[in-house]
Amino acid sequence: MPAPLDPTPRLQEYAHPERLVTTEWLAAHRDDPGLVVVESDEDVLLYETGHIPGAVKVDWHTDLLLPVERDYLDGRGFADLLGSRGIARDTTIVLYGDKNNWWAAYTAWVFTLFGHEDVRLLDGGRNLWVAEGRELTTDAPAPTPVDYPVVERDDTTFRAFREDVLDHLGKGPLVDIRSPQEFTGERLHIPDYPEEGVLRGGHIPTAHNVPWATAVAEDGTYKPRAELEAIYQQGGLGITDDDRVVTYCRIGERSSHTWFALHFLLGIPDVRNYDGSWTEWGNAVRVPIAAGAEPGEAPAR
Amino acid sequence: MTDDAPALPDQLAEIREDFLALTESERLQLLLEFSRELPPLPARYADSPALLEKVEECQSPVHAFAEVDGDVVHFYATAPEEAPTTRGFASILAQGLSGLTTREVLDVPEDFPLQLGLTRAVSALRLNGMAGMLTRAKRQVVEQLAAA
Repeated sequence: MPAPLDPTPRLQEYAHPERLVTTEWLAAHRDDPGLVVVESDEDVLLYETGHIPGAVKVDWHTDLLLPVERDYLDGRGFADLLGSRGIARDTTIVLYGDKNNWWAAYTAWVFTLFGHEDVRLLDGGRNLWVAEGRELTTDAPAPTPVDYPVVERDDTTFRAFREDVLDHLGKGPLVDIRSPQEFTGERLHIPDYPEEGVLRGGHIPTAHNVPWATAVAEDGTYKPRAELEAIYQQGGLGITDDDRVVTYCRIGERSSHTWFALHFLLGIPDVRNYDGSWTEWGNAVRVPIAAGAEPGEAPAR
Repeated sequence: MTDDAPALPDQLAEIREDFLALTESERLQLLLEFSRELPPLPARYADSPALLEKVEECQSPVHAFAEVDGDVVHFYATAPEEAPTTRGFASILAQGLSGLTTREVLDVPEDFPLQLGLTRAVSALRLNGMAGMLTRAKRQVVEQLAAA
């Protein structure tokens, strides 16, 4: 049984208003049957310092990613994870997190790969909830485990791999969500960086740079639909509903935030997130790279 | 078999033993306790945080500085309340490095952050943040020794 929808007028203008809830709505509905609130943060300890009462935690590193291969958990792992959090296949999930919901959006994207239907974001995320002085608790919830079915992950509809991106060049919009300095290639070297890094700077040819924050208002909520349209559609990038779109960033989390806006808020049907992103592309052998502020040309085929 | 690596200084070894004695989920709680113990900055840094160096590796903004006084090192750091993991890392280094000699700090193994048994509970990528802070602390010590 899905929870009721948030009737807040400003949400109704989005293509899928059922994908967002306001802090006010969540404060009133967080105990609704059939609704589970999930916190996903960049910081692995932030949940422990205080979370929305009743919210469970899903960590992107330790819960969603495999410990060895660079990939997400499989259908069995996903069923175990969600079941352990008291989430059934028809449960309404409301996600929120730190950093303007980057990781909450990332988790929403992964949950969508498994076809979980009712996944919503708390507009404004953890910051807004805290800024409004709403209740937090350190009481750990003890959800009753439920059976979640084993569903195979769909890696074709909303996820792009390196080969898909290569094939995509010149055929559709490519949105680079990183900072302008990362996009141009000016910023790459990080002094004293001990382990992880990227060998090459720049961006994937044909990509347009629209940093993720472009999509949010000052309070961290998504901008109204008309403003989002002016950024990504007519008057901006010019994306239409017929386009196949790919988003990427460094590891796929900030681009999930934009993926969410393009697909759910603007209703563009075919948007894939390239989670390999720059940490794969910038290290890959024999892939085309463009430096500087211009998108660059698609390589000849 | 010979082992030429200097022994880990007692205060760092104790921190490591404290972590390793716990289960993985308890280690997260201990890291949370460390985050609450991060000492406030001395006034001269609190008044001008630009004196501290920003550690880019950490995903959250953190500023840290290893100060050499005579031959003794003090490590100061500040990170926002909403970044408890980063605060925890900084606090481990503040407690683990402060009071050591410059030689002892330079001899701390680069992989000390990986010796705390947090790789699974926290993830290796996040631990890079602490490794970055440690690497920078050593460089700051070297620079001050060279300038002395």
